[in-house]
Amino acid sequence: MLEIRDLRVSVAGKEILKGLSLTVRPGEVHAIMGPNGSGKSTLSHVLAGRDGYEVTGGTATWHGRDLLALPPEERAWAGVFLGFQYPVEIPGVSNVYLLRAALNAKRRHAGLPEIDAIGFLKLVREKAKLMQMDESFLNRGVNEGFSGGEKKRNEIFQLAVLEPTLALLDETDSGLDIDALKVVASGVNSLRSPERAFVLVTHYQRLLGYIEPDFVHVLAGGRIVRTGDKSLATELEASGYDALRAPAA
Amino acid sequence: MSAPQTDIEQLVGQRYRHGFVTEIESDTVPPGLSEDVIRFISAKKGEPEWLLEWRLKAYRHWLTMREPNWAKLGYPPIDYQGISYYSAPKQPSGPKSLDEVDPKLLETYAKLGIPLHERARLAGVAVDAVFDSVSVTTTFKDKLAEAGVIFCSFAEAAREHPELVRKYLGSVVPARDNFFAALNSAVFTDGSFVYIPEGVRCPMELSTYFRINQAKTGQFERTLIIAEAGSHVSYLEGCTAPQRDENQLHAAVVELVALRNAEIKYSTVQNWYPGDEEGRGGIYNFVTKRGDCREANAKISWTQVEAGSAITWKYPSCILRGDNSVGEFYSVAVTNNRQQADTGTKMIHIGRNTKSTIVSKGISAGRAQQAYRGLVKVFPTAENARNYTQCDSLLLGATCGAHTFPYMEVKNPSAIVEHEATTSRISDDQLFYCRQRGLKAEDAVNLIVNGFCKQVFRELPMEFAVEAQNLLNVSLEGAVG
Repeated sequence: MLEIRDLRVSVAGKEILKGLSLTVRPGEVHAIMGPNGSGKSTLSHVLAGRDGYEVTGGTATWHGRDLLALPPEERAWAGVFLGFQYPVEIPGVSNVYLLRAALNAKRRHAGLPEIDAIGFLKLVREKAKLMQMDESFLNRGVNEGFSGGEKKRNEIFQLAVLEPTLALLDETDSGLDIDALKVVASGVNSLRSPERAFVLVTHYQRLLGYIEPDFVHVLAGGRIVRTGDKSLATELEASGYDALRAPAA
Repeated sequence: MSAPQTDIEQLVGQRYRHGFVTEIESDTVPPGLSEDVIRFISAKKGEPEWLLEWRLKAYRHWLTMREPNWAKLGYPPIDYQGISYYSAPKQPSGPKSLDEVDPKLLETYAKLGIPLHERARLAGVAVDAVFDSVSVTTTFKDKLAEAGVIFCSFAEAAREHPELVRKYLGSVVPARDNFFAALNSAVFTDGSFVYIPEGVRCPMELSTYFRINQAKTGQFERTLIIAEAGSHVSYLEGCTAPQRDENQLHAAVVELVALRNAEIKYSTVQNWYPGDEEGRGGIYNFVTKRGDCREANAKISWTQVEAGSAITWKYPSCILRGDNSVGEFYSVAVTNNRQQADTGTKMIHIGRNTKSTIVSKGISAGRAQQAYRGLVKVFPTAENARNYTQCDSLLLGATCGAHTFPYMEVKNPSAIVEHEATTSRISDDQLFYCRQRGLKAEDAVNLIVNGFCKQVFRELPMEFAVEAQNLLNVSLEGAVG
């Protein structure tokens, strides 16, 4: 279970998150919505351990462990996965090579034997099919020359292979056409399970038409200002974020 | 954040694994260079008179030459009288078999991962082991002889096959070619000699392993490879040296001759001691390597992984004389701490339809400086010559430098010459991406660097590709946080 209590985070001396609290239980899907600059991406980056963010107060624990004390790779081993808004290209390193290294790092940490080449190939083929990805993707350089949609699909494919227990998806819907959005959403839906929680960070309601969240939170001014069920997203789409800003201030 | 810093500079350290010294009694001449020293070397090697004359001529010319200073390298003047030009472990003259070789030498090579006992050796690789100024042993000679292949130390070739040595020595790199080549021609001690007869595909990989051991000595080896018409050979050299505070000079010459339809593939994994973090010690590596595609349809391919040495000055080149001949240069150069490298290639197109490919990957870290220097020259005779050059630099951290000096001289309008160059950094974004997927920071750097070098590594013989990859990882090894 993810427990965020009164989290305060600054970037370059400017406070972005101003006392954010959130509880996410296994199996739940949470959507975090909010206007640009409200701190949505900051939240996912801080939880994943990116440099450049200063935690000035509050806590974030994951199954009772202090998440913020761990280096990024240890958070990954503990089951945290970040789907990037802008996945980076790593020329010359094939998709499968990175994934196998990642999967084996995680397995070693869990005291499991490394996965062999045949078992791994079987696994990635199966997951690629799920994401309707051509197998040629597997051997291409990580995100090298991928279109925006292909990059996002690749993120969900990695999620499917690494099987995290907490998936933070940062603006996964941005830059996707409707067909790509459907593929990404159906990939996420097929990965929903009682052990796995999702936190979807999104600006638009669009994605939530395909992935039904259990909770919708509105992040504004560095705090969660409203929490509701999926109907809140529809309401926001109609009234806009401005309507929320005034009472929250 | 309490997470360890991902600062890339902290990931880049250095640990040299071959820095030990072998305690062995050696015959070493006192430092200094003179005609007497050259006569001494020639006599030690039992050389024919003409070869001594060749050396002396080179020496007299060298005395009139000046050390080149055009490279982007900075180092204090080298005292050529402060170097010993001959050092050899004491052992019965010309051991007949491995049983006669000093066990300490065998142990040294075993420690370096080069077992010389044929039983223990990787099947399919013959090794010539050169220790300071002499060849210790050459493995699989008998098996190679069955195929007509000659693989032996240079000194032995000068005695046993003087007609071949006399015909080809200096025919690709003349004794007067440049300052370091002239010095080498005067004082070269050992190295390897390879002769592949017409139509023969060499049945195994050939490899020479160079080891500098004695202090205050230089190593000046000479390698000559001749591939007769329609033959094929793949050759690999490796090199290491002990860790010392002084600088040691290594000035080698390699000559390759490929005749009609012949192919020579020459691979180098260079791991001389690079000096410490502050730039104390390390090998000065001034090397002249050149291949001559002397007849039609010949092919010469250079692949190098340059990870060691305090200073590297090296431009393995191809003279594409025969029509339709092909030259290739694939290079990975890694410089860390205070290392400096000025390296590249020359492709000289003379024949018609000659083709050359240059792929250079430079990685700089610490306070290292690295330059790619390349020349593509197309003669008026080189109708339809083609060259493709790709030159990529990867910087780790903000205190290192990468420089590119591509020269092109095209004298035939039908030629097509292409040049692409990029400079990039390992970004914090790439590192974070890999770490978020579960890779440790060091593993992430290795993954990214290896991806960068992949195009070159896949040109190496398979056994050595793994070695090269590991070497790269060690060269960039350091502690996180």
